Amino acid sequence: MATTNPAAEVPAPRYSTILIGVLPLLALALVLGLFIIGDPTAIFTGDAPPVEELQTQRVSLDDQGFLVEIINSGPDPVTLAQVTVDDAYWAFEFERGDRQLSRLETAALRIPYPWVEGEAHEIKLLTSTGLAFSVPVEVAIKTPVADGDQFLAYGLLGIYVGVVPVALGLLWYPFMRRISRQWMNFALALTVGLLIFLLADTLLEALEIAPQVPGIFQGESLVILITLLTFLAIVAIGRNANRNESRLYLAYMIAVGIGFHNLGEGLAVGAAFAVGAASLGTFLVIGFTLHNITEGIGIAAPVVSEQPRLVHFVVLALIAGVPAVIGAWIGGFAFSPLLAVLFLSIGAGAILQVIYEVSRLLVRDAARHHEVALSWLNLAGLVAGIAIMYFTAFFVK
Amino acid sequence: MKQAVTSRRRFLLGILGAAGATIAARVADQGDSPSPQRQYGGGTSHDIHSGALFGTVGEVDHMRNGFHPSDILTDFNTGDRVYEEDGRTVREFDLVALDKEVEIAPGLFFPAWTYNGRIPGPTIRATEGDLVRVKFVNAGSHPHTIHFHGIHPAAMDGVPISAKMAGMSAKLTGPGHIQPGETFTYEFIAEPFGCHLYHCHAIPLKRHIHKGLYGAFIIDPKEGRPPAREMVMVMNAFDTNFDNENEVYAVNSIAFAYNNDPIPLKMNELVRIYLVNLTEFDLINSLHLHANFFDYYDHGTTLEPTLRRVDTVTQCQGQRGILEFQYRYPGMFMFHAHQSEFADLGWMGMFHVSEDGVAVIPDDEDGAAVKPAGEETTAHGDH
Repeated sequence: MATTNPAAEVPAPRYSTILIGVLPLLALALVLGLFIIGDPTAIFTGDAPPVEELQTQRVSLDDQGFLVEIINSGPDPVTLAQVTVDDAYWAFEFERGDRQLSRLETAALRIPYPWVEGEAHEIKLLTSTGLAFSVPVEVAIKTPVADGDQFLAYGLLGIYVGVVPVALGLLWYPFMRRISRQWMNFALALTVGLLIFLLADTLLEALEIAPQVPGIFQGESLVILITLLTFLAIVAIGRNANRNESRLYLAYMIAVGIGFHNLGEGLAVGAAFAVGAASLGTFLVIGFTLHNITEGIGIAAPVVSEQPRLVHFVVLALIAGVPAVIGAWIGGFAFSPLLAVLFLSIGAGAILQVIYEVSRLLVRDAARHHEVALSWLNLAGLVAGIAIMYFTAFFVK
Repeated sequence: MKQAVTSRRRFLLGILGAAGATIAARVADQGDSPSPQRQYGGGTSHDIHSGALFGTVGEVDHMRNGFHPSDILTDFNTGDRVYEEDGRTVREFDLVALDKEVEIAPGLFFPAWTYNGRIPGPTIRATEGDLVRVKFVNAGSHPHTIHFHGIHPAAMDGVPISAKMAGMSAKLTGPGHIQPGETFTYEFIAEPFGCHLYHCHAIPLKRHIHKGLYGAFIIDPKEGRPPAREMVMVMNAFDTNFDNENEVYAVNSIAFAYNNDPIPLKMNELVRIYLVNLTEFDLINSLHLHANFFDYYDHGTTLEPTLRRVDTVTQCQGQRGILEFQYRYPGMFMFHAHQSEFADLGWMGMFHVSEDGVAVIPDDEDGAAVKPAGEETTAHGDH
């Protein structure tokens, strides 16, 4: 009989399959072992000095001076030798960690310096090899402590930046229900426009913070990858969960995207107030309120043809607005560049997805009525959306 | 801090007002009461405004460096071998160029080039008219020379120009760079009397000086100077991160050396300081003496002061002079560069003036008396 019994053959191939699969790994281990033992790169490095890299994670100011949190983000160990403040050697002690920082190790340095409110200072960290890492304090102002009152104050900042404008924007919903289909499409195009602005803004914000992320996490790459992955993930989830592609679902997705964006704005406002960079003060808050009011229109636009219950609007406003509160807290009390980059990138991906969905809505509506999607009116809406966001951003730049 | 608190309160009220909320103004209360004193470097307790917070943290391992700045102050080398030759005193010195890592501030290492493993190099001292014979060995990794300030033939000038380069006889130019592994003997009559210096003149000059190849060269007048407590101070600085700006300033290389180990002085005793400036990258350096005035002899080439009753003197690189003063009152007296930045970055020291000139350094853990600095003693050698 030419045919063999498949059942009897199974164990042997399985065993060999595993072996074949593992073989490259064994070979890899061998090659790596030989490489480490032989160290052929020694010829390149020779007596080259170590590559030292210290990055500052956070600087806090209190009555006792500065508290500087640092991380060794380079490949080699770093020994911190001395600290200067404004070009003067100064006392310091370690609140956490010590002089020796191995790769990715963190430390917190307390520097008892009589800083001057409202003025700039420069802290320099000198390593044993004499490299100097600068830690600028752009405006010296006491760092908020997360006690009840401060917590409330920053929470209110977030509400004014996020919840209030979104809720006010949603108040246009009844108005939007009364306008014609063409003008409704105009409103949707306007939504796309403002989302495009938010996408650019969020991405740039993420890329601006990315260099502060310790080198090995590759901040810039993270921004692009997380944005793309978030976009694809939400598209995939949308396909599976909402085959009927309800417009309410779309409104929720817009709220989520805007929520992440507002989280980023909360972070920015919180961090700005915490480091005293918010010289604009109340103006900054009013600016963000004006700037974000169109976000409400964007959320309401897709559901004009449906008639969701009121509770949906409350939930939508909260989804889009409350992240600003969380952002303000994080920015004010525990700003971390890595966290900021993660949130902002997720936000960018979510916004990208809603741009895609709302555009599809416009295209399909145009197809149904045998029109061009990019009509002059729609283009005008798109431009108006971008322009509104661009010009109201003047208040906060 | 009171001021800061009030303005902070205003600032916060601004935010809260914008938010339309009324939150108790005790937000700003934090920080009104100064927290208890904390422990900072070296186990000494400080208050944030105590003024004792400036300076480096930790201690330099002078043993590893192989020299102590308190020794360098009074370490005058009058010849490794001294003998007569044709009725003239010959002072022979051995100078070896060595690459060496020097701890210039606690934990901060500078990859230096040195004469005899120290910065500044040995203080070479002779009397006017002596024959100075310096046997130079280049044990470093780069070509070096020794260029003495003084009056001598071109062949002994220690410049990088060789006879071959200039197309002249060796007598008119000298040997040029002394290559690693090579030796050369510089020989000349010590003149004129004064406070001089020597340094490497290999090119690029800036790098060779800044790396640490320099020292004081003192020629005493034949008739001598009045007895005094004498010391050498070479003002120098180090750029540790190659940005053409100095991270550390000092006299005799170690930041705040005489702040940590104040120099003991005796009341009313004449003090003579041979001050030399070898600071690179900055145009000038200076010395300011606290609570006192001094007479200054520019280049030390005169027996009469060139400046009388001043308390600050400025020198450009290579400039030098002699300071003479005495302290009337006992106590701790600062001396430092009057470029505040240099002072803050290490060029700051203290004289401890007492009746007997034997200072008990208050910060010394064992409380042991420190012997006065003087030509005949090698105080601080045990550090």
